[in-house]
Amino acid sequence: MNLLTSMGLLPLIGAGLIALLPVSNAKLIKQGALLVSVLVAALGITMTIGFDRGVTGFQYVERYSWIPSLGISYQLGIDGISLILILLSVLLVPIVILAGWNESEGGRFSVKTFYVLILVLETMMIGVFAATDLFLFYVFFEAMLVPVYFLIGGYGSGARQAAAVKFLLYSLFGGLLMLASIIGIFVISGNQIGRTFDITALSTLEIDTTTQNFLFLGFFIAFAIKAPLWPLHTWLPDAAKSATPGTSVLLLGVLDKVGTFGMIRYCVELFPEASRTFTPLIITLAVISILYGAFLAIGQKDIKSLIAFTSISHFGFITLGIFAMTTQSNSGATLYMFNHGISTAALFLTAGWMISRRGSSTIADFGGLQRVTPILAWSFFIAGLSSLALPGLSSFVSEFLVLVGTYTRYPVAAVIATFGIILAALYILIPVQKALHGPTTAGNENLPDLNKREIAAIAPVIALIIALGFYPKPALEIINPAAQVTITKAGYSDPQPLVGGDK
Amino acid sequence: MGFQSPALEYGALAPMLIIFGAAIIGVIVEAFAAARLRAPIQLAISLGAVVLSLSQVWRLRGSATTTAAVNSVVIDGPVLFMQGTILILSLFAFFLIADIDAFAAQASAVPGSNEEAKALQSGKIQTEVYPLTLFAVGGMMLFPAANDLITLFVALEVLSLPLYLMAGLSRRRRLLSQEAALKYFLLGAYSSAFFLFGAAFLYGFAGDVSLAGIRSAVSGGPGNDVFLIIGMVSLSVGLLFKVGAAPFHAWTPDVYQGAPTPITAFMAAATKVAAFGAMLRIFYVSLGGAVYSWKPIFTAVAILTMVVGSVIAIAQRDIKRMLAYSSIAHAGFLLTGVIALNQEGLKASLFYLASYGIATIGAFAIVTLVRDSSGEVGDLNRWVGLAKRSPAMALIFSLFLLSFAGIPLTAGFIGKFTIFTAAYESGNIAVVVAGVLSSAVAAFFYIRVIVMIFFTDPEEDTVTVTIPSLYTNLTIWIAAIATLALGIFPAPFLDFIATFATFTR
Repeated sequence: MNLLTSMGLLPLIGAGLIALLPVSNAKLIKQGALLVSVLVAALGITMTIGFDRGVTGFQYVERYSWIPSLGISYQLGIDGISLILILLSVLLVPIVILAGWNESEGGRFSVKTFYVLILVLETMMIGVFAATDLFLFYVFFEAMLVPVYFLIGGYGSGARQAAAVKFLLYSLFGGLLMLASIIGIFVISGNQIGRTFDITALSTLEIDTTTQNFLFLGFFIAFAIKAPLWPLHTWLPDAAKSATPGTSVLLLGVLDKVGTFGMIRYCVELFPEASRTFTPLIITLAVISILYGAFLAIGQKDIKSLIAFTSISHFGFITLGIFAMTTQSNSGATLYMFNHGISTAALFLTAGWMISRRGSSTIADFGGLQRVTPILAWSFFIAGLSSLALPGLSSFVSEFLVLVGTYTRYPVAAVIATFGIILAALYILIPVQKALHGPTTAGNENLPDLNKREIAAIAPVIALIIALGFYPKPALEIINPAAQVTITKAGYSDPQPLVGGDK
Repeated sequence: MGFQSPALEYGALAPMLIIFGAAIIGVIVEAFAAARLRAPIQLAISLGAVVLSLSQVWRLRGSATTTAAVNSVVIDGPVLFMQGTILILSLFAFFLIADIDAFAAQASAVPGSNEEAKALQSGKIQTEVYPLTLFAVGGMMLFPAANDLITLFVALEVLSLPLYLMAGLSRRRRLLSQEAALKYFLLGAYSSAFFLFGAAFLYGFAGDVSLAGIRSAVSGGPGNDVFLIIGMVSLSVGLLFKVGAAPFHAWTPDVYQGAPTPITAFMAAATKVAAFGAMLRIFYVSLGGAVYSWKPIFTAVAILTMVVGSVIAIAQRDIKRMLAYSSIAHAGFLLTGVIALNQEGLKASLFYLASYGIATIGAFAIVTLVRDSSGEVGDLNRWVGLAKRSPAMALIFSLFLLSFAGIPLTAGFIGKFTIFTAAYESGNIAVVVAGVLSSAVAAFFYIRVIVMIFFTDPEEDTVTVTIPSLYTNLTIWIAAIATLALGIFPAPFLDFIATFATFTR
């Protein structure tokens, strides 16, 4: 069996086995889930090592007919972009399980259900990035809502049900618009090349301008909700605030990436002409997202909402990079997806520990943690610095690439977006100052520092942040060829940088 | 000149004859069998007849198209498929009916009278519901097979009249049930009048009541004859009433709520198959030539039906009423298959009808289980926290709701996908867009129910999920497995349908 399928099946089988364990033995269940997810991560690393960087196009390809009368097949394959995102997913799941060892307790459903849902979700995450059949992609895209919905609604805090429903309805609405577009492109494929959902074949279709614009919009709105892009972002702060930290990591770190991934893989590659038509609009929205997210993040009192709004700002950068349509900006955007995943994971997990220790998620309730819990405070600090793209940490590389790449084609947008970096310093350093420095707030004197398990969970994340900050080449080597293919498919070539003055 | 006795092709008619025969035997049994034995005998007769008839349908599958009974009935691929679907759905409906507890002991007794109390006390329950259902099943099987307008009308009445009665048979809340029956009867009679009126005008237009005759008249003429248009419109009113399409849907919620739940399940699932079957035949076979005259109206009706069904369902507080509005929305989706007027549309409609029918039966089967001391509990507010009481049933019910909502990996999604694809192929993009948008609205109220079941704590309440009887359990599990199987691996079934999906013109 092919590596991709085995990797996708493994969590599902694991979930099945865990379902058979007795409910009462929570520890065994947790260990089982961790073991499965570590195995999957190992497979993911094997896959990355075996990935041929020199080759463009899909690798690890497999294809089985699924519903032949509708031209639907079970078809998987990865290029650099999907590889990076699958790697991100499979690395984050064991970290989330380890970090949130106890967050499955006290939920509406049992501990067992939590891990079954997480593992099922992992299968869907691998599938959604690996699918090279549009129908299969859609199935994963929609089906993954179900476990997330139960994870938010069943194990979160506060108004978790309302947040879960809001998340689900937004996503379903976008998904159904996309379904209309999928049906459209499917019918067109039937008229031109015979019914198929193979995305390589679909990208060769000749679609007239008006139709293409409408089909593009169906896809784009779905992805913009998922990503989320202003003004379709309102579900995210609620969901992130109500979900458990671990769920939030997967939600912001991986699931939202499906939106930006979809923009590259489906919007740009299937509808290049429409992408060009809508680029000015999308760039504007992206810039608004960057600034809007940043401004609102500054004003947040709740630490989880703060991280959610910073993500909206970061997704603005990613979208900007995608639609600036240069190789640099596109590579930067993909790398940004990975980096945002790990730095958000670090932020959410450390914030989660702070919250569970203090029993409050209000920033003002913390203070002077640096003295009481130094390891926790340092972890949070480094995660925050990565989020504000400090040079030497991973996010800097990607943010820089996005801005440089954008500047060569849309200088104004790039310049305005740069303000996002300044605002980022504000939204990160203000809570850092309030929560970590200054006098220790009453009631916080005896908070315990990170235990060994928590250190084991956060250490690899921080190591990765620093490593990719100094040496991003391995990741970029994987991404660059794929980004170039995307740009070529979209019908662009990189603008020549203008050296010197011709005036 | 001697009388030539008409040749009735008994072989081709066998599936229907078996059902009608069993219905008549059922009437006799009701009159003569001992009270104690009536229920088991009736159940055995009904199940036996359905299975026998199903075997006859299976035997006829793949044989060449035949007309029977002097051209008044046609047995072709779609008919056999729909007859099979109706039979399978009614098999499950009988499983639910077998829980005779849902029906009035003596339907003729006035609610609240001494007579009623005596009938209840004696424990002797009349079981006329079995033969009535069999008659309805027979009518439903004839409806899509009818090859002329007269047979069509006869079939319509044969299927409708027992349903009117059956809607009034509820044991509990009898007044509500009887009100529903009366409403259904009056509106149904009204729509039958429209149907006849339309049939008369079509006869006036074509000079022929046979579908083939109307077809040649339509394709020969300009297609905008006044008689044709009046005929088409009135005939459509009668049919749209039966499928519960807006603006002829007003009866649906009341009848669904008032009727005994097994009957509601039967009505919702099987009647839709029959009525859409007849509609598909008439419009594909006879009136296809006049498509430009009826397509705009039907497009409007389809969109209106989807929107009305989805939007009003949000406001419902009763599970059966909610499912009724949901069935209205589904009628709208199914109408897109009629409008598509291509082979894809027919295939998609057949798949949709089968998958929707089976999920509907399953959903109503679960509704019958949620009870308190005075019977079924329809009030959604009392369904809260059901997952705590019965996790398995809560999960399965959610599966049906997700299938109705068209979430991938359920049969409902494949149905929606194929039917919208057919509509898009026929160039009707407005319907597709309206369809996906109202699906989004519909998703809201399905999910709200799931939220209530899973995420709200049960209050101190006497509501319980009763342990299902063997038959009900079988129905629920088979429906659940079918819904999942048709969603994950629909290819064999789609290919199977493809072998049936050609109307004989």
